[in-house]
Amino acid sequence: MVPAWVVVVVSLAYLGLLFGIAHRGDQRAAAGRSLIASGGVYALSLAVYATSWTYYGSVGRAATRGLEFLTIYLGPALAMGCSAIVLQKLIRVSKRYRITSLSDFAAARYGNSRLLGGLVALIAVVGTVPYIALQLKAVSSTFRLVSGGAVSTTDVPAYADTALYVALVLALFAILFGTAHLDATERHEGVVAAIAFESVVKLVAFLAAGLYVTFGLFGGLTDLFEAAAATPALATAVAIDGYGNWFWLIVLSAFAVLLLPRQFQIAVVENVDERHVRTASWLFPLYLLVINIFVLPIALAGLLTLGPAVSPDTYVLALQQHSALALLVFVGGLSAATGMVIVETIALSTMVSNSLVMPLLLRRPRWGGPGLADRGDLGRLVLRIRRVTILVVLLLGFGFFRITGDALGLVDMGLVSFAAVAQFAPALLGGLWWKGATRNGALAGLTAGIVLWAYTLLMPELARTGWVPESIVRDGPFGVALLRPQELFGLTGMGAVGAGVFWSLLVNVALFVGVSLAGRRTPAEAGNAALFVDIDRRTPGPGTRFYRGSVPVARLRDLLARFVGAEAAAALVTEHTARRGVPLPDEALADPELVRQVETALTGAVGPAAARALVASVADEEPLGMAEVVELVGEAQHLRELDRLKDEFVATVTHELRTPLTAIRAFTEILRDNPDLPTEERARYLEIMATETERLTRMVNQVLDLARLESGQASWQVTDVDLRSVVEEAASATAQLFTDKEVALDVEVDGPGPLAHVDRDGVMQVLLNLLSNAVKVTPPSGRVRVAVRADDGTARIDVSDDGPGVPPSDRELIFDRFRRGAAGGTGLGLAISRRIVEQFGGTLHVSDCGGDGRGATFTVGLPVPARRR
Amino acid sequence: MSRVRAKLIAVTALAAACFTYPLLSLFDRPTLVLGLPLVWAYLFAVWAVLVVAVAVLSRRGD
Amino acid sequence: MARILICDDEPNIVVSLEFLMRRQGHEVRSVGDGDAALAAVTEFEPDLVLLDLMLPGRDGYEVCQTLRADGFRRKIVMLTAKGREAEITKGFAVGADDYVTKPFGTQELVARVQQLLGAGP
Repeated sequence: MVPAWVVVVVSLAYLGLLFGIAHRGDQRAAAGRSLIASGGVYALSLAVYATSWTYYGSVGRAATRGLEFLTIYLGPALAMGCSAIVLQKLIRVSKRYRITSLSDFAAARYGNSRLLGGLVALIAVVGTVPYIALQLKAVSSTFRLVSGGAVSTTDVPAYADTALYVALVLALFAILFGTAHLDATERHEGVVAAIAFESVVKLVAFLAAGLYVTFGLFGGLTDLFEAAAATPALATAVAIDGYGNWFWLIVLSAFAVLLLPRQFQIAVVENVDERHVRTASWLFPLYLLVINIFVLPIALAGLLTLGPAVSPDTYVLALQQHSALALLVFVGGLSAATGMVIVETIALSTMVSNSLVMPLLLRRPRWGGPGLADRGDLGRLVLRIRRVTILVVLLLGFGFFRITGDALGLVDMGLVSFAAVAQFAPALLGGLWWKGATRNGALAGLTAGIVLWAYTLLMPELARTGWVPESIVRDGPFGVALLRPQELFGLTGMGAVGAGVFWSLLVNVALFVGVSLAGRRTPAEAGNAALFVDIDRRTPGPGTRFYRGSVPVARLRDLLARFVGAEAAAALVTEHTARRGVPLPDEALADPELVRQVETALTGAVGPAAARALVASVADEEPLGMAEVVELVGEAQHLRELDRLKDEFVATVTHELRTPLTAIRAFTEILRDNPDLPTEERARYLEIMATETERLTRMVNQVLDLARLESGQASWQVTDVDLRSVVEEAASATAQLFTDKEVALDVEVDGPGPLAHVDRDGVMQVLLNLLSNAVKVTPPSGRVRVAVRADDGTARIDVSDDGPGVPPSDRELIFDRFRRGAAGGTGLGLAISRRIVEQFGGTLHVSDCGGDGRGATFTVGLPVPARRR
Repeated sequence: MSRVRAKLIAVTALAAACFTYPLLSLFDRPTLVLGLPLVWAYLFAVWAVLVVAVAVLSRRGD
Repeated sequence: MARILICDDEPNIVVSLEFLMRRQGHEVRSVGDGDAALAAVTEFEPDLVLLDLMLPGRDGYEVCQTLRADGFRRKIVMLTAKGREAEITKGFAVGADDYVTKPFGTQELVARVQQLLGAGP
């Protein structure tokens, strides 16, 4: 065995190395040269899934329950197999809406429900504290084992327990690298780099242990298996202990690999590039496969060579006879435990601050008048809440482990945690595909699921510690055998855990679906449901505009500044103004798009529920509880107003369609009733009919175009497009119109054709529309000018005419699909054009030609290819 | 849904069937094959095939 | 034989209305907006005005109201969108004699015009 001081020094050196790696990772991230920008690192960091449970507990499980330990890794292998469908959608939704935790995800999906977010956060904390406790327990007991002490923890005072100091160092690590600053994306590259490194360490150490046992103590795999086969007592170790249990454990672990707080943190929040999922979909299962190869051999070797006095949970370490190897194995176990604890506490701290503490603080502006939303240092407050949460969670974990002592097995308690987070699956994964899911359905399912979880799974574990009378588990409450937690309603045959998972998920799903179907969705729920479910059908850009309040730009910016700093807040507003192409003075009222962007940025910092409450608080300057109600009513009103606008739109469109139809009908009847018309008159009327039919066709196409754009179903191929060639092609396509009306067309291109990052056909359609409008309004022998130029990240095309111009009051209205074109006859063309350029992140607006009120200039702003910015 | 995604789902579903009752029970026998326990070797073999199949499919991309 | 004033801003619809009225032997004049209509009434003294309601500038109601206020006693027929009860009620309120919905049937239009012209002043 190794002297205790050596173990301490090596452990501290290892933790120091972790700090160094995390520091380097953060430095590289700040310098823009990410250390973690690869699918391989992403897959390794996902392996935070493998904790002390895997490292020590699997062997213990194999020694007592046979191959069952494998289910915990087969589930993830299956889940990762279809990660291109499930995980990818989770990532897309979370990135688009700046979701940074499980609880935020639940809240945002169901109409920014604070109640649901809070419930998820609470379940996550309750479900994972025991799991954290087990990691500390593993560190504590293996420390004593490797340094030659007794394995039991009960006789060591708390202050002398290694686990306390490990917990404190880990708290320091999580606070330093997990809560260094409030970032809108909640990414921690340093932490991810350290976790990926830990995954390498634990894999190498475990393989070393396995190779030593198999080839050092035995003559290879075959020798070991044959020795085991010769011992009839070991037959159960290489068999399956009940298929019911087996099945439910696979289901459970497939959910857990996505829904455990640390897995969601690493897989979704810390994901830097969606393409990494592809690599991880096979590399992470491969990692799990490799780390599991030697589990059964080590378990068999332990059973064959060690006496019953040695706990199977410590076989990995107990079999090592060289002290250097024992030390390496201990460090591997340390890395498995620390990785889990670090990521789990960071994930929990985001949840607790976003979904439990902030909403509560924001709800009660009791102390001191204006309320929390007006405090200047909210960003620091959020960070402080998170740091305290990390410390509290770790101390809770330590306390739990000290109180329960040796009563709990690594795997049993881990499974209870898995089953707790599996309760999230119906609401979170179901809500990702089913729009009809409601907040009440999610609340009902989750509540019932977690109650059954507590009864069937948690209580029997607690009974082992003596916290709950064991008779309840053995005989059922009040001796009612049907209510025995582990054999509820007499269900047997799939093991205690399998039955508990079955009952809790069954009731959870049934209530989730039933209550959702029975109730109605609020407008906020319906809106967010569509945003989540249809993520792939929506183009980025204008999202929901469910916002009816009025707030000056300056007030909104100041609110944001309190969380992300003045500089970042100002940058967001400036960027927005640049995109709109219209100056936005501080005292002007913010448009819905800006409000939405600020809310999204705040969501990254404090979660969706709090972000919505904050924006509502500055927008309405009313107490928050009321503000939320007002807002919901406002959304309903807004939907009604949308209906009214749609009626108006239909009226406008039918009027536009009626005009050509009137001419066509009149001439059809004239030709029918007057067969004696002179040939040239007939020809003239037929020509009119042809022209009007063409006009009708064009209008119908425009309505269809608009419908396609509005529903986001237009498909674009965005490439680098040479604007000179597009402009020249558009000019030659409309040349006849210009010649007919004797209007001159000047084309002026700045330098060698500027490039834009757009869909060529889309831009062509916009240019054709602008040119034909221009020629229509320009008097004969007038002039239309087209100028193309590129400056500071935007390519601009100006189309100027000599027409009557557009009065300032109409300059936005003419782009509105609901209003009749002020210039007359432009119909829907301008509305469609603006929608098209907005699809590529471009702008379209109109201004005076020379400032004298005559003539109009339509300016198209288009994004340039990234490398030329 | 793209063809690659459909194939990924199919492969995963097939693996899930191989990992559970009743297919699994066919291999749950106390025999050694090439010195390895049958069910143990079977599970790792299916697992390895799943990894390779997913790797090949996801490299092809969407 | 009567004098008819046509007021519509769509040139092709005007062409069809001119044809239909001339076919009945009427004398026809056409204008494209409200101001021109008011001027033409004074000068041309029509027996009947075919008045589109959706005109640029002064709309049809305003033209109709002004004409009645100025003492115009002859017939006014509105051309209106189908199914707009409010438009029709408002049209009668400002002094129109009849209405025809667009897209109109030519025979119906001619019949209504002839009926009004035969009904005396």
